[in-house]
Amino acid sequence: MSDKNPFEILGTDKISTPGGTPLQETNTSADLTERITNIIGSANIVLFMKGSPEVPQCGFSANVISILNNMQATYNTFDILSDMDIREGVKQFANWPTYPQLWVKGKLVGGNDIIMELFETKELQEVLDS
Amino acid sequence: MNLFTEIEELIINQIDDAKVTIHDLTGTGDHLGLTVISDRFDGKGLLDQHQMIMDILKEKFKENLHAVQIKTMTYQKAKDRNLLGE
Repeated sequence: MSDKNPFEILGTDKISTPGGTPLQETNTSADLTERITNIIGSANIVLFMKGSPEVPQCGFSANVISILNNMQATYNTFDILSDMDIREGVKQFANWPTYPQLWVKGKLVGGNDIIMELFETKELQEVLDS
Repeated sequence: MNLFTEIEELIINQIDDAKVTIHDLTGTGDHLGLTVISDRFDGKGLLDQHQMIMDILKEKFKENLHAVQIKTMTYQKAKDRNLLGE
C-alpha cells in the first residue's frame, strides 16, 4: 500500500477498487461436484453471490462486495442466480443454506454476518491472506 | 406456536446452556436477527459456531424462515461486550 501515490490520501481508487471477476465456467458438462470444486479452486478468493460485482442482486451480496473491494481483494464471483444446479449443489457441498458464501483457499469462511464480524474485528485481512 | 418461540425452543433443545435473543428485522416475521450465547462455542471458529445454529434451523429454512442474521458468542464474550446486563 505504501507504494501508492502518497498525496492521494483518500483516493477513491483505494477505497473501492473493484477486484471481482465474474467467473466463466469452462466445463459445464462435468459432474456437479467437480464443477463446484473447479469454481472454488478457480482463485484464492471466491464469492458465490446473487448477481455480479457490478450489479449485485441482494443487499447481503452487495455488502460483501463492498467489503472485499474496500480491502482491495482480488476475487472471482459466481452468480448463483444463473445456475440452479450450482445454487442447490453448493448448499449441500458446503452444508450452508444461504448466499453469499465466501471461500478462501478452498475453505468456506462464511456468509455476510461472519464477514461483517471479521471485518469489524479487523481479522478479515488475515483470513483473506491466509 | 409462533416462529420466534419455536426457534428459541429448537436451539435450546440442542444447546442447553443457550441464551437466545430474537429480533424481527423487517417486521414481517420471517427475517430474524438471532443472538445466541453459549459456552458450547468455546474454542470453535465463527464458521463452526454459525454452522451449529444453521444446522438447527435448516428445516425451518425450507418452511417459513427466509433470512437470519446470526451473532454467536460465549458467555465470556457477551460479558466483555456488556450484553448480559446484571
